[in-house]
Amino acid sequence: MNRYPLWKNLLVIIVVVLGMLYAMPNLFSQDPAMEITGSRRAQMDSATERLIQERLTNSNVQIKSMESGPDRLLLRFINSEQQLLAKDLLETALGGDYTLALTLSTDVPDWLRSIGALPMFLGLDLRGGIHVLIDVDMDAAVAQALDRYAGDIRTLMRDKRLRYTTVSQTDDGVVVSFKDAGVRDQAYEAIDEEFGNLQMEAVDGENFQVRVQLSRNEQQATRKFALEQNVTTLRNRVNALGVSEPIIQQQGERRIVVQLPGAQDPAKLKELLGATATLEYRLEDTEHSIEDALDGKVPVGSKLYHTRDGRPILLKKQVIVTGNQITDASSGFDQRTSQPAVFVSLDGPGARRMRNVTTENVGKPMAVVFIETRTDTRVVNGEKVIQKIPVQEVISVANILEPFGRRFQTTGLDSPGEAHDLALLLRAGALAAPIDIVEERTIGPSLGQDNIDQGFRSVVIGLLLVMVFMVVYYKIFGLVANLALIMNLVLIVAIMSMLQATLTLPGIAGIVLTVGMAVDANVLIFERIREEISIGNTPQASIYAGYERALSTIVDANITTLIAAVVLFSFGTGPIKGFAVTLFIGILTSMFTAILGTRSVINLIYGNRRVKQLAI
Amino acid sequence: MQIFKSTLNIDFMGKSRAALIFSGVSLVIFVLSIIIQGLNMGIDFTGGTLVEVGFKEPVELAKVRAALAGGGFDDASVQHFGNTKDILIRLAPSEEGGSEVQSNRAFDELNRAIGNAELRRVEFVGPQVGDELSEDGGLAMLYALIGILIYVALRFEYRLSLGAVIATIHDVLFTVGLFSLFQIEFDLPVLAAVLAVIGYSLNDTIVIYDRIRENFRKMRKGSAEQIVNVSLNQTLSRTIMTSFTTLLVLFALFIFGGEIIHGFALALIIGVIVGTYSTIYVASKAALLLGISKADLMPVKKEGVANDGSQV
Repeated sequence: MNRYPLWKNLLVIIVVVLGMLYAMPNLFSQDPAMEITGSRRAQMDSATERLIQERLTNSNVQIKSMESGPDRLLLRFINSEQQLLAKDLLETALGGDYTLALTLSTDVPDWLRSIGALPMFLGLDLRGGIHVLIDVDMDAAVAQALDRYAGDIRTLMRDKRLRYTTVSQTDDGVVVSFKDAGVRDQAYEAIDEEFGNLQMEAVDGENFQVRVQLSRNEQQATRKFALEQNVTTLRNRVNALGVSEPIIQQQGERRIVVQLPGAQDPAKLKELLGATATLEYRLEDTEHSIEDALDGKVPVGSKLYHTRDGRPILLKKQVIVTGNQITDASSGFDQRTSQPAVFVSLDGPGARRMRNVTTENVGKPMAVVFIETRTDTRVVNGEKVIQKIPVQEVISVANILEPFGRRFQTTGLDSPGEAHDLALLLRAGALAAPIDIVEERTIGPSLGQDNIDQGFRSVVIGLLLVMVFMVVYYKIFGLVANLALIMNLVLIVAIMSMLQATLTLPGIAGIVLTVGMAVDANVLIFERIREEISIGNTPQASIYAGYERALSTIVDANITTLIAAVVLFSFGTGPIKGFAVTLFIGILTSMFTAILGTRSVINLIYGNRRVKQLAI
Repeated sequence: MQIFKSTLNIDFMGKSRAALIFSGVSLVIFVLSIIIQGLNMGIDFTGGTLVEVGFKEPVELAKVRAALAGGGFDDASVQHFGNTKDILIRLAPSEEGGSEVQSNRAFDELNRAIGNAELRRVEFVGPQVGDELSEDGGLAMLYALIGILIYVALRFEYRLSLGAVIATIHDVLFTVGLFSLFQIEFDLPVLAAVLAVIGYSLNDTIVIYDRIRENFRKMRKGSAEQIVNVSLNQTLSRTIMTSFTTLLVLFALFIFGGEIIHGFALALIIGVIVGTYSTIYVASKAALLLGISKADLMPVKKEGVANDGSQV
């Protein structure tokens, strides 16, 4: 009696081994680190390495190790204060050509990495960093779409020579007024033909009107597009900050979460997030010499620009199309030459203008100018000065091969990677709708470390207290329950690591709570066994009945807690989610360890044996 | 070791009148407190800016207040956070500049006046987000209750389900009420704790209901009240043990977990204690008052098959 079939024992062993394996990466220390990468203008070579080492030693910054890879250098520090110190130091020493990214680096060996075993992802409250919740103004996105339609309708009326009196915008639509019913009907047809996706209505009142409205689907699509584009734009901008592992995520229907682990300067982040960017297509001025322009004799009607790698270039002042007129951009390959290319789509008026200009200028080079306004805060004589700095760069120059239409491609790019980046920039150059920061949390690195230490300490102390108590109260059975308790912790950590779930301070609290509640299942079983013994059953029968009878109670009781955890998760934001996740995982793993786990050990000890008395 | 003898026979239900009076009076006080003075909501719900600053040496609050007032932050609330070296500053929302402008200015003032300050944490929550959170929090509590009500009704019986929900509401009101009465700060982690209390309190209740059901089916003799009493006695050891181990870890969390987690741990400690009490006196008594009887809990034929081994 009380023997487990082989498969059950194997199951327990396999789960235990896998759990230990996947929990293991968390034992390796995670050091605050900095990754330095070069760029096209600045290579990461041994000279730079020497310079870095020299600067750090001169300023007494202690590094734990230095690893150099292809065009990158990884510095590890003993604590995050040294890390921040080094960042300030090296930023001035190396200048803007290198990217410095703060990160956490682990010693996890390669064989563990290769099976996908990684440490848990630490939440911002544990490692420090900035959390920002951004609200996207959706009404403005719809208003902007209506604005575009109003402009397009005006152009259409002019092109078709239909005389209108006014084109005005309402909250949810555009109203075009005419003096004449006949013209109105013609206009109705024309608009319907050009913009089939709009809801239209002809109204006769004091004057004759066409009322145009965005359909519900169209409005939804506009909002969705605005949010997605904003996410992409923000991602590009955040990547420029050089923080490793940034999180930029959509949350709900109109919110975006930006999390920067390790970052400490919310002001800089906000400057970057709030920057406005746009694109312009211009013809290159090939008639005048660039040398003259560099000497200060810029011809009238042209302007001097620089490409990204610093080459001067002369462009015509007249703008062909701007970024607002780009509706989409994607990267791919040219069908004929199979060179990397970017495919760009324009809206109606933009496409018309592009067609006119390119028809007249086949064979001539055209440039894409990227314009961004950044606000930069500098400290001058102890005073903070806020400057608006427009950054204008030519991101690509290519010859016009044939007249462009609504959709065209830009070739002449170095690599598919560059094509991809350009498409991103084109698509994500500007924010599709205004944003507002509605929540912001900055956690200093020392607080993060304190939180980890305190959280860890409370888990260990709580665990020890419970374990001592269980042994005193249930003897051998208590020991087995303790084994299950430890295994339960290992499994929680393993599953969290496998899911790459984020561990937060409330998450640690969830683990502590699970420790307390996990013994509940064992208490239920053991109390039941004691009851069975006290009514005179044999030890073996008591073990059997204790486990059997307690099972449904345990399941019922745990399901209610699971319901609470699920509700918490679905409603929760950030830290609350962390709590819900650990609680949820903890309940599931505790059922496994407390029922199957302890039973297999108890069976091993007492199973198939003459037992006079149980040590319970 | 065994604290409770298996022959234990405490007449819980006999003392239930006193318990009902105690619960009733307490609840009236708590509800009045919640209505009259409300909750001391944290910035998660009200919106605003919160700055935690750490110093190398212990600082006096008066000094900090003076420094802040000098910088134009007259209405900032200042308190020590965990120890005398850390302070927590709450800034009222202001029109000029964003939160980081405000918090940076406040921090600069402190650094100038006192020195050796370290910015440990800045939190800014817009009023709109705060409102949404309060609303979502209330809804979450409601959903959790409804979900559990349905589960217990399906698994047991509607009278027991009602009893469980009454006990749960009792526990939530007790916990939230104590936070209101003593004006302890109610923030997002505390809300999470209250939701966990719902889970815990039910866990406890279900275990006893399970035993009540089993005994109703097994015991031929005895009134409903006697059967409930026997069930409570049989499970008493487990009830106390589990509450005790949970309380052990919660106290560890409360003492060693740091200031941020204090409210959370406190809410759970209150919840576990009240939950244990309410399981015995509120949930069981409510089921009795609602007229639970043997016939209600007899297994339906079909259910008997699905019902595991509990009535072997």
